[in-house]
Order: sequence, then structure tokens, then C-alpha cells
Amino acid sequence: MSTETAKSSTESEISGLNYEETELKLGLPGSTHATGSEPERKRGFSETVDLKLGRSLGVNFDYLTAESSANRASAGVKPSSNKAQVVGWPPVRSFRKIALKSCAYVKVAVDGAPYLRKVDLEMYAGYQQLLTALKEMFSCFTICNSPNTNERRLVDPLNGAEYVPTYEDKDGDWMLVGDVPWKMFVASCKRLRLMKSSEAVNLECLSSPANDFV
Amino acid sequence: MEEVSEMPAGGEGDGGKGLQCFPDPGGTGAQMPFFDHILENVLENVLCFLTSRRDRNAASLVCKSWYRAEAQTRIELFIGNCYAVSPSRAVGRFRRVRSLVLKGKPRFADFNLVPLEWGARLTPWLTAMAPAYTCLEQICLKRVTVADDDLFLLACSFPRFRDLSLICCDGFTTAGLAIIAQNCRYGIHLSIQGISDRFTTAGLYQFESWFSSTRNLRSLDLIENDVEDDEDEAVDWVSMFPPGNTCLESLVFDCVACPVNFEALASLVARSPFLQRLRVNEHISAGHLCQLLARAPQITDLGTGSFAASGDADDAETALESAFHASKSLSCLSGFRGIAAEYLHTIHPVCAHLTSLNFSYALISPQQLTPIITCCPNLETLWVLDSVGDDGLQMVAASCRKLKKLTVFPLEATEDSEGSVSDVGLIAISAGCRKLRSILYFCQRMTNNAVVTMSQNCQELVVFRLCIMGRHRPDHLTGEPMDEGFGAIVKNCKNLTRLAVSGLLTDVAFAYIGKYGKLLRTLSVAFAGNTDLSLRYLLQGCPRLQKLEIRDCPFGDAGLLSGIDHYYNMRFLWMSSCRLSLNGCEEVARALPRMVVEVIKDMPGVENDSVQKLYMYRSLVGPRNDAPTFVNIL
Repeated sequence: MSTETAKSSTESEISGLNYEETELKLGLPGSTHATGSEPERKRGFSETVDLKLGRSLGVNFDYLTAESSANRASAGVKPSSNKAQVVGWPPVRSFRKIALKSCAYVKVAVDGAPYLRKVDLEMYAGYQQLLTALKEMFSCFTICNSPNTNERRLVDPLNGAEYVPTYEDKDGDWMLVGDVPWKMFVASCKRLRLMKSSEAVNLECLSSPANDFV
Repeated sequence: MEEVSEMPAGGEGDGGKGLQCFPDPGGTGAQMPFFDHILENVLENVLCFLTSRRDRNAASLVCKSWYRAEAQTRIELFIGNCYAVSPSRAVGRFRRVRSLVLKGKPRFADFNLVPLEWGARLTPWLTAMAPAYTCLEQICLKRVTVADDDLFLLACSFPRFRDLSLICCDGFTTAGLAIIAQNCRYGIHLSIQGISDRFTTAGLYQFESWFSSTRNLRSLDLIENDVEDDEDEAVDWVSMFPPGNTCLESLVFDCVACPVNFEALASLVARSPFLQRLRVNEHISAGHLCQLLARAPQITDLGTGSFAASGDADDAETALESAFHASKSLSCLSGFRGIAAEYLHTIHPVCAHLTSLNFSYALISPQQLTPIITCCPNLETLWVLDSVGDDGLQMVAASCRKLKKLTVFPLEATEDSEGSVSDVGLIAISAGCRKLRSILYFCQRMTNNAVVTMSQNCQELVVFRLCIMGRHRPDHLTGEPMDEGFGAIVKNCKNLTRLAVSGLLTDVAFAYIGKYGKLLRTLSVAFAGNTDLSLRYLLQGCPRLQKLEIRDCPFGDAGLLSGIDHYYNMRFLWMSSCRLSLNGCEEVARALPRMVVEVIKDMPGVENDSVQKLYMYRSLVGPRNDAPTFVNIL
């Protein structure tokens, strides 16, 4: 995997990037931004500032700056528009990046079932897909959209019991699945629990830590 | 890390000094006067106590007699750049080598900046060594291309071979490793780190199958390596260890991507009474880990695999607790490749004695880190992800007073990432970990004040590598360049030998480095500096500079030429995506006949005067004859 990464980046990524990336226009200290203003602003190449060569560096530097300008001209000045990812930057080896890719795995528990499953939330684009996956995973449920609210419930056709998908968020609170935008859910969900509807009413009060699944 | 010393020009070979008697380099001493012969024997007996290669290099320069004696007694050979000297020359001089360290590609190859097929092959070295080094026991290769045929030759040629260490190498499969095992009559210490090409378990299977003919394998270490089998083709190599007790001391396979046969592994561990180090891959669940630990309570170094439940309700928690309770000798923990942080607390019993802890694959929050780290007062080495945040680093600082080495990797290694650690964490670490020697710190927000504070608090720093991931980022509070911070580091940390800089940096930063970095040997620069002055400051200011790697800086020919008087003292210079032209590089090549000046193009068809990548190194043997077409040696 890493070899492929290396090959593709060597052959394709470098070709589009190097010349743009060498067009560094660095500011002199304090020359272009007020102290402390926009400290968090992300710097793309289009945002880097002009280097006023020789302006306050003194005359000694002229011969060097002249050559630098000449080199810059010969290198072909191409202003870059977007923030393209640069090859090999930040300098983290690819196997390290790959190893950490899947970090949205969460356990799924079903009330009354003795087993747990795991899902990778990043594999789904939205709630519907997640529920479909859960349905397939536990195979006994069908999805039933409640006509009254936005809630989605899973129904066990054998006993008619309704299950409400809930999740524990980063703060340890159990919430109903579906209340927040999908991306926010993916970021904050720690584990899923298909809770019997009868118990779901307890979710009205938010901070009830679930101690079944420690 | 210096090159093997050579006699000064006048002393090359046995050129006419007028003495009648010169022994041949083979050392029969047939023509030497009797007294000199005794002297040289005495010398050899004394010199064999010299172990430091720098001391040996110095000794070899005293006179020809010492040169010969030193050559006869050097058993550890270090070649920092495989192209700096030819294999035949090295073998001709040092006849009795038992241990070889050989380094190949420049470090930026790790970040995909060196095209594949660039070079650094093992074959010519083996060809030269095979007939000569009959006592060779150890080989350590870093960033070398190793073919299966090489491993075959290796195994066949050195009857005493027992230690193979491959770090960041490529080019071979486990078929080659299989042959190594077959032909080693003594124990093997096999350590393969960061292999990046075609390393299959099929080969491992063959490797292990040869073990039946030798029970003396001591270590099989596969570290940071990509095993590329399809799941369907994965071979059960662990089963191929021979029955009966083994001599295994170390078994590391945490980067083997395919599942292994757990029963076979458990059985192997059970019959390896000398096993000290065991690092398993992520397919070993927490439950399985317990069983392994139960069979190897003597383990000192454990890689825990996934450290997560296997998917079905697998309550390994209690088992883990008791397993760690029983593992009194553990001092080094790593792994934690899965996501389950709920098992973290089970390592509690061993925390007090831990000296090394690697959480760099584990997504751990500050809240999860705290209960663990507060119980690790003896920690000397710590690797974490930045997910622990500044808060987590505060806890590290408060708890790990003996910390010597800290690495903080980014969870999200992109320029735009949020970054969860900052100057706050750095200051905290510096306040608590006064004995820090080495730090690698990835972040997005940094201040000069924090770096200055670290330079004042941690004066024993030898390695300071700060990577502000967003390019050209200034001090996020003052908006100023990071010049003062790095300046303080080189000024205050008097033992500093390795430095990596980042953030918005002007020539001033390099003026500081040139002025104060008197012990600096390795420097990495990226996206920094204003003008060629920066390069001049470095090259003319840092007398010990050996390895200089530069990317994406506005340095041109003038800067390059300013180092002409210094390049022979360096191992190499790498400059990529700077402002060099062919003219400038050619001028250096003309001025320095013993430099090999490689211009690497990886954009075929672009013909202009600019140089994309320059790799330049001193060499005793001139341009190499194995350069690929995209390398132009000037």
C-alpha cells in the first residue's frame, strides 16, 4: 500500500506542484501583518506576501537578491490558486497516516442481545445509510419512520418491539440518533445503542450515563 | 557518522616514502623489519579495545603503521553513505569485519521525494563482501534496496551470520528471508523496520520453514513494514517455527498486515522461554493478548496489537487486568492499534516500571491519558498523538520527570488540520521534563516564547525537531517569524546536534544557527529563509554540519556556491524545489572533483536550466555507475 502511495505521488503529484510551490514570497518581520492580527489565518501560497527584496536588509544583499530574482524569473512564476497538498509535507511517513485512517469505529449494542458489533461511521453518508446498515447487521429489524417526528425507529417484527437508535456522545450523554447534523454526529458519537422504545423516554433528561456497556 | 577516514592524499596506497620495507596490506608482514612487526602486533592488540569509529578514524591517521593495525582490528564497519566509498575499497582495507552498518538513500526518501529505482542497492556490497568477510555476523541496512537474491547470497556466504536489521528498506520479499533462516547455523537477530515493498507472508512461511533446520533463531523483528499479501494469499508462517523449545528472544511483527494463526503463535510463545520482546500485529485482539502474556510472563517489551475487543462480546478486561498484574518485568509497551480505550486502565499494574510507552497509533484523549500517565514516573520515552492535547501534555509534564524523549505525532497530518497541541503544551513539557534530550513535535500553533522557554528549561536537548505543519506560519500570538525561538534553541542548548526547523523563518534564523550551532550535525529545513544568505550562514558557520536537507526554500546558486569550502566535510547536501540552476551545480562539480553532484529529475521531458532536486555527497570513488536515467551526475 505504501509503495503504491509512493509511486503515485512520485509520478503524478510532483509533476503538478513543484514549480508553484517554489514560488515563496516571504514577508519580512512585521512588514505585512499587524501584530497579532489574524493569527489563525491559514496561509496559502496566494496569501503569502511579497518579498520586498533589499528593502530593509541593507545594500550588502543586493547581489544575492538580484540573483534570487533572476532565478525566480527563470523558474517560471506561476501564482497558485488553491492550497494544493505538497508531496511529503508534513513529513509524516505514509504508513503512519494509513494506520490511523479509520477512527470512527463505534460499538453497536442492542438491548437484549448478548453481542456487540462495530461500525465505521465514516463509511456512511447519512443517517439513512447507517440505519440500513444496522438493519442488515442485526437482520431482524425493519426500519420504520415515525410519521410524527424525524425519529427513525427500528422494529423487530417478531415481537413488535420498537427500538430507538441512541448514541453516547463525547460528554457521556445519551442522545437520540438523528437530532444533530450527520457530520456532527460522526464526530461526537462514541457508541451506539439500540434502545427499547420504552426506555427511550428516559433520554428526556440528558445526563444519564449508561453503565451497561463499560 | 563520519566517513571512514582515509589517509591524506600523500598517503594513499603505499606511495614512495623511501622506506625499504612495506608489508602488503594483507598483513603477512613478510618484508617488515622484525621490530616493526612486533610493534604492529602490539598495536593491534591495543587497538582492538577502541570501539568508537571516530577514535578509530583518528588512530588510523597517525601513521601508516597505525593505519594498518587499525584496519586489521576494525570489526564494526559503518558506512554512512553507500556511495561514498566503493565496496571493494572498503573490503580491501578492513579485512576482519564482523558487523556492518550501511546506509543508502537520503532521508527525504521517506517522504516520497526520492524516485523509486534511484539506487542504493545491496548487491555490489554483498558481491564484494561474500568472499572476504567470512566472520560476518551482523548487518544493519537503512534505506537500502535489498533483493531476494541478495538475501540468498547473504545467507550462503556468511556461516556465522545471525543479526539482520532492515530499516526502511525495500526490494525484497519473504522468500529472501526464508533463505536467510535456512543457512544460518547460529542464532539470528532479524530486525526489519519500515520496509516498504512487497513483503509477503508467503515468504515468511518459507522463511519459517527453514527453521526446522536451525533452532537457533534469536530474533525475528519486522518493524514498520508493509506486508502486501491479499488476505487469500496469506500464509500461515507462524506455524512453521520448529517444534520444541526455541531460542527466540525477540519476535516483532506489528506491521504485518495479515492475520496470523493465533494457536500457532500461542504455542510458539509458550515454548520460547527466552522471549524478551513480543510485538504482535493489530489482528491480535485483547483477549488473545492475554493468553500470550500468560505464556510469557518474563516479557520485557510488549507490542499489544489492537488492544481492542474482537467484535463479538469479548470481555477481555478482567483477563487483561490479571495478565498485566502478572507481568512484573514489562518496561516497554507499544501497539494499541485499535480504538478501544476502555482497556487502557488494565495496564495500570505495570505503569510504575515503564520506561518506554508508545501510544502513537492510539487515539487517546487527555481524559484517557491522565490516569495512565500519572502512574508512569519512570518513563523515559513517550510517543503520543496530538489527540492528547495540551492538557494531556500538561499531565505528562507533571508526571514524567525523567522523560528524555518525546514524540508528538499529528492525528491528522495535513496542513489545514486543526492541530490539537500548541505552544501551551510545549511550555508545559519544558517546565516538567527538564531532562529532555530529544523532541519531535508536530503542531499548528507555536510561539517564539514557547520555544525560547524550552531552550532555557531543557538545556540537555540534543535533538530538537519542531514541525509547524502549516507552511510559513508565524508566531501565532505576535505574528512575527519564528527566528527568535530557534535562535534561542541553538544558543542555549549547547549539546544540540540535530535540528529541524519550520514556520515562518527569515535569514535571521539561519544567522543564529550559523553563529551558535557549533555542534550541529544534522539540519532539516523546509519552506524557510528569504535569501541565499541563509545558506551561507549555515555553510560557513556550522563546522560540524554533516547532513543538510533542504526543501522548498528560496536558495539559489549563490547560496550553493558559498559552501564550496565546506562540502568536503559533509556527508551530503540535499536541496529540492529550491532555486538552483544547472550552471550553479556544474560550477560546484567543477570546483570539487570529489563531490558527486546528482541532479535528479522526476519530471521527464522538462528541459530547462532549473534543478528540481540536487543530491550532493563526497565520495572517494567518483560518480556511481548504477545511476538511473533520471539522474544526471555532473
